[in-house]
Amino acid sequence: MMDRFDLAVLGGGMVGSAIAYGCAARGARVALLDEGDTAFRASRANFGLVWGQSKGDGMPAYAGWTQQSIALWSAFAERASSLAGRDVQYRPQGGLNFCLDQEELETRRDFVRRRHNQGWSSLRFLDRRELAELMPGCPLGPEVLGASFDPADGSVDPLTTYRAMHAGVRAHGGTHLPGAPVTGVERTGAGFVISRADGSVVHAEKVVVAAGIATTKIAAMVGLDVPVRPVRGQNIVTERLAPMLPLPASALRQTSDGTVQIGVTNEDDGRLEIPTTTAALAKMAHRAIRVLPPLANANFVRTWAGLRPMTPDAYPAYAESETHPGAFVAVCHSGVTLAAVHAGPLAEGILSGRLPEFAAALHPRRFHVQTH
Amino acid sequence: MFRRTEPTDCTILWNGAPIAARAGEPLAATLLAAGITAFRTTPVSGAERGPLCMMGACFDCLVELEGRSNVQACMVPVRDGLRVRSQQGARAVHAEDAST
Repeated sequence: MMDRFDLAVLGGGMVGSAIAYGCAARGARVALLDEGDTAFRASRANFGLVWGQSKGDGMPAYAGWTQQSIALWSAFAERASSLAGRDVQYRPQGGLNFCLDQEELETRRDFVRRRHNQGWSSLRFLDRRELAELMPGCPLGPEVLGASFDPADGSVDPLTTYRAMHAGVRAHGGTHLPGAPVTGVERTGAGFVISRADGSVVHAEKVVVAAGIATTKIAAMVGLDVPVRPVRGQNIVTERLAPMLPLPASALRQTSDGTVQIGVTNEDDGRLEIPTTTAALAKMAHRAIRVLPPLANANFVRTWAGLRPMTPDAYPAYAESETHPGAFVAVCHSGVTLAAVHAGPLAEGILSGRLPEFAAALHPRRFHVQTH
Repeated sequence: MFRRTEPTDCTILWNGAPIAARAGEPLAATLLAAGITAFRTTPVSGAERGPLCMMGACFDCLVELEGRSNVQACMVPVRDGLRVRSQQGARAVHAEDAST
């Protein structure tokens, strides 16, 4: 097939499909290359938070980029719901991070203060009494001393959002090419030729590498050095329960269907495997029960794990290659929160050849500075 | 829809009404033999649900058994006097249940 696309996005997960949708919606002829459902997608193991309060501490560009995305999310969610054919259940009703002992409380108070000093003014600290007023009837455990609270945070159904991105690519004439990993990217006269493991080739004027944990390998093919390692996260989901937790929290949320999702681990052992472990699940469940004691009587129905793409400083990385102009990279572990900017300003910047200010400030060259 | 092949020898209560049963048979079988196919309503749409697999896998036969909610009716052997109710929507869990 000698079809020539304006843009090939390498990676069909949450990040790649959001960029592909954004570019297709702006009139580009887009191919979305996707290893397929055998890929270690973070997109299928994320927590469904649209979340700012923990993001960009010490990295103002990431904080600003996150805030920009959250500001765009309501309009984005409306488009996504219409593309998916069902509500993505975006609920920006505020988000919490619970403190269960004095030390956690002090650390969180300091964190809230520090974010304030960095200009993140919506974040507040709520003591036990204020939490009870915010969530009357919520059966919080006696150990809950307080929580940080950001009214701009919220949650969404991540799988429906993901489905919406793929539907958006199709609705705007894009081509989804699943089933084979990328094996090579080479410059031709005015563009790129991408080879895949099934022997097929795709021609495109521009490429975007959005390949999650495979980003390092594929970005190197276009002269970009982007260190990314896999960090495993485990999840528990319970049977559907009557409403008990009205606001989402870090590592604990109740979906609108009633299931309670419990996270989360950060296992940084480099292994490309996604097992769950009894020790980690027990620890996660134990903490969730300290927050909400009735969960001790809930049955869980499923546990699973996924691999997040993590850069050395955990912030996202975006760049256009200097050696291969027209080749871009986009990698992060917050594909849901950042979906609105990926499908919006980032897509626009890739098409115009000028990345938005915040994204440009998150260049992976920061990982290669000589520090001593 | 279903016809008993063995005689009944005891009685259970379904939403307060007596139903003839045979001790030791699966509770789901008792209900089906009595012509009951809607064991519960779903938490999402409120639609009625009944047993699909009869072997503990599908979780569609959930009932409230002796005050305990979300119990799989296909996995419970019947005994005389069991009190069973249909499971309406999502299960409510309470911290106090922990001791029971």
